[in-house]
Amino acid sequence: MWTLIQIELFKIFRRPRTYIAFAAITALIGIIQFGLKLDGESYVEFMMRDINSSITVEGKILNGYQVCYIVLQVLLVHVPLLIALVAADMVSGEANMGTLRLMLTKPISRTRFLLAKFMATVAYTLLLLVWLAVMALFVNMLIFGTDDLFLMKSQYVVLLKENDIFWRYVWAFGFAALAMTTVASLGFLFSLFAENSIGPIVATMSVIIFFTILSTLNIPVFNAIKPFLFTTHMIGWKEFFDIRVNDANEAIVGSIQNPDRILRSAIVLVVHIIGFVTAAIWVFRKKDILS
Amino acid sequence: MFRLIKSIFFMLICSIAVSVQAQDMTGLINKVKAKLDQVNDYEADGRMKTDVAFIKAPVGKVKVYYKKPNKFRLKKDGGISLLPRGGVSVNMNSIIATTDFIALAAGEANVGGTKTKVVKLLPANENNDIVLTTLYIDEANLLVRKAVTTTKENGTYEIEMSYGQFSNYGLPDKVVFSFNTKDYKLPKGITLEFDDTEKELTEAEKIRNKKGRVEISYANYVVNKGIPDSVFK
Amino acid sequence: MQPIVTVTGLTKQFSNLIAVQHLSFSVYEGDVYGFLGQNGAGKSTTIRMLLSLISPGSGKIEIFGRDLQHHRNEILAQVGAVIEKPDVYKYLSAYENLKLFARLSGIRATETRLMEQLEQVGLASRARDTVKTFSQGMKQRLGIAIALVHDPKLIILDEPTNGLDPQGIADIRNLILHLSRDLKKTVIVSSHLLSEIEQVATRVLIIDKGKKIVEGNALELFDPSQTLVALQTLNQVDALQKMQNSSWAGNLQQQRDTAILLKLDRNRIPQFHRDLVAMDIELISLEVRHSLEDYFLQVTSGNQHVDTYTD
Repeated sequence: MWTLIQIELFKIFRRPRTYIAFAAITALIGIIQFGLKLDGESYVEFMMRDINSSITVEGKILNGYQVCYIVLQVLLVHVPLLIALVAADMVSGEANMGTLRLMLTKPISRTRFLLAKFMATVAYTLLLLVWLAVMALFVNMLIFGTDDLFLMKSQYVVLLKENDIFWRYVWAFGFAALAMTTVASLGFLFSLFAENSIGPIVATMSVIIFFTILSTLNIPVFNAIKPFLFTTHMIGWKEFFDIRVNDANEAIVGSIQNPDRILRSAIVLVVHIIGFVTAAIWVFRKKDILS
Repeated sequence: MFRLIKSIFFMLICSIAVSVQAQDMTGLINKVKAKLDQVNDYEADGRMKTDVAFIKAPVGKVKVYYKKPNKFRLKKDGGISLLPRGGVSVNMNSIIATTDFIALAAGEANVGGTKTKVVKLLPANENNDIVLTTLYIDEANLLVRKAVTTTKENGTYEIEMSYGQFSNYGLPDKVVFSFNTKDYKLPKGITLEFDDTEKELTEAEKIRNKKGRVEISYANYVVNKGIPDSVFK
Repeated sequence: MQPIVTVTGLTKQFSNLIAVQHLSFSVYEGDVYGFLGQNGAGKSTTIRMLLSLISPGSGKIEIFGRDLQHHRNEILAQVGAVIEKPDVYKYLSAYENLKLFARLSGIRATETRLMEQLEQVGLASRARDTVKTFSQGMKQRLGIAIALVHDPKLIILDEPTNGLDPQGIADIRNLILHLSRDLKKTVIVSSHLLSEIEQVATRVLIIDKGKKIVEGNALELFDPSQTLVALQTLNQVDALQKMQNSSWAGNLQQQRDTAILLKLDRNRIPQFHRDLVAMDIELISLEVRHSLEDYFLQVTSGNQHVDTYTD
């Protein structure tokens, strides 16, 4: 199995397409960093315009932690596309190239073959997130320094102390990895049904965009189905940045407001991953390879 | 005609009586002011606790700086500080610093076990944001125990002070501000959240309680050692 | 002799097309088994079923005496295949492709060994170049190197000469003969061209519309005593009449196209030629065909339908 995963990773990382995602993340974050470094003040003003009448905020709002949060908020919506670019190509790309039939005449069961491919996809996803973490967190910590993190939620604002933030990012990236693995497994499932990668990539993105819109719309009719959409749970990483308060309304350092909500979201995502992968194996085992 | 003269005379008496009483209170205020006036500047460490429904912040360490006549700065050490809008000027000195006022006696009251004189301060200047300040003054120690200020723009807020080591300078160990908070709400489109509405209701209920409090406990006062103006910029 | 491949009652239906219908045949050790049929006759579907790429609707496939469905991996470890176009990873080099598929076949070959393999197919000098720079023929040779890298007992070549130039076709022919004669491998080779099969095959299966037409020993099917001769004359009606009245009447075949067909022993063709002159038949051409080719054309002509996945 390890050999198979190695081979799949070898294939992934020998293809130019793979590096598009890494380059895209680097470029996007680079642009955000450049912009904020150059004109961060105006951005903060813009950001604070809605709450300035309620709260006076003093201090270095635009520090590395804040920039990382901004980056994640903006980027994590688009990373699925980069994941889909590779995940949705995993099987369809081979079918298109004509290598799938050759692969499958080798003495490896289809289940193992598919699992190895999926593992490699997950490895790619994780590497992409590690790269995102390096660029968005560590590089920003270097460029902008660290300080307290001031966040605006829709109902309240949160202030996290400098020494109470890093661990939240570690967990947030972990959660993001889970969310992106869900995207990867969906793309992976779709990649079984086509003989070119465009279809599955578009299908994956369409589902995500469609579900995200449903998740965002605050229309009562849709509220009932929201908990069942995996996209609703994909932003669960933000929950790590909500702190609990005691009776005196004092934030408890090191606490999370809704750990149960994170857990629930994580479970929903894991169930989706298992569901998608199981479905993929089930389909693939019976599939006639005509490519 | 006589009746007219009589009534004018009565009014005159009354006004004198009022002004005599007012004069009395101005004296008390001036005494308190004189006491505070000993302080040219100070800095102190403080622990700030913000108890506002829509703010979730941990207890923070702050540093406060004051310089006559009305420079005041609250700084958080290297971090970010959040203060609810409400024009909370966090020290007594600046409240009393106004010279142009009318002080009226309004009886006595008990604040935290101390007997106090109640004084109402009316700013003479119509343009002042402060409409009325009610001071609860501990006459024996010349300390302001409580102040309730009504403003045009920022509603009413209350400051309660307790004193300790630095009562000689009129500097409190602990100050508690209570005030009405303004509404806070951001559209979800901006915060990019899509959590379920059910949860929000309970949060919203919390927010309906619009009384906010900021509590600062002071320690390590450094008085009259000089503070450069740059601190207040 | 034990058959290496035994197929019994194999049937496969795609939504509305029966691709293979009750097909049974056996391949014996050392055979070069020619699998002949028009495009869309069901060759590819059958071969893909032999390689477990397509699951049979019904019927049974046994390879090396074991059921394919239950012993897939053990069987496939001993099988090498080139299926239609020899597609490999274009962004990898020839060497990397070969190494990758060797590992997938469960063997860890040394660099020397892999280079030898590439040498054998004449790709040693291009070993480190990415495949996207290769010609069709080079890809085909690499495909064959991949099929042989794990030293399989059974080699399956599906339309190996598709898209090749005459030299490439000749190379494949020689390779098949080399595999069979020198390396004693069993080879199954499919084609829609009789000329390719007849030069290499020891046994032949002809299928059409998914059904077996004939299976047999190549020597018998290509029997020289059954040589087919096609005549073109200035006056076909006159010529036919003259022949019907001659001693060659017994050799006349059912007529097709514009040619007059006769089946006769190869050795008698010179005599036949002299008789034509004697009968004053104005001959334009005399074409010698194998009986099998005629048979093949006859059973398969006009039956062309395009399979969805063959190209």
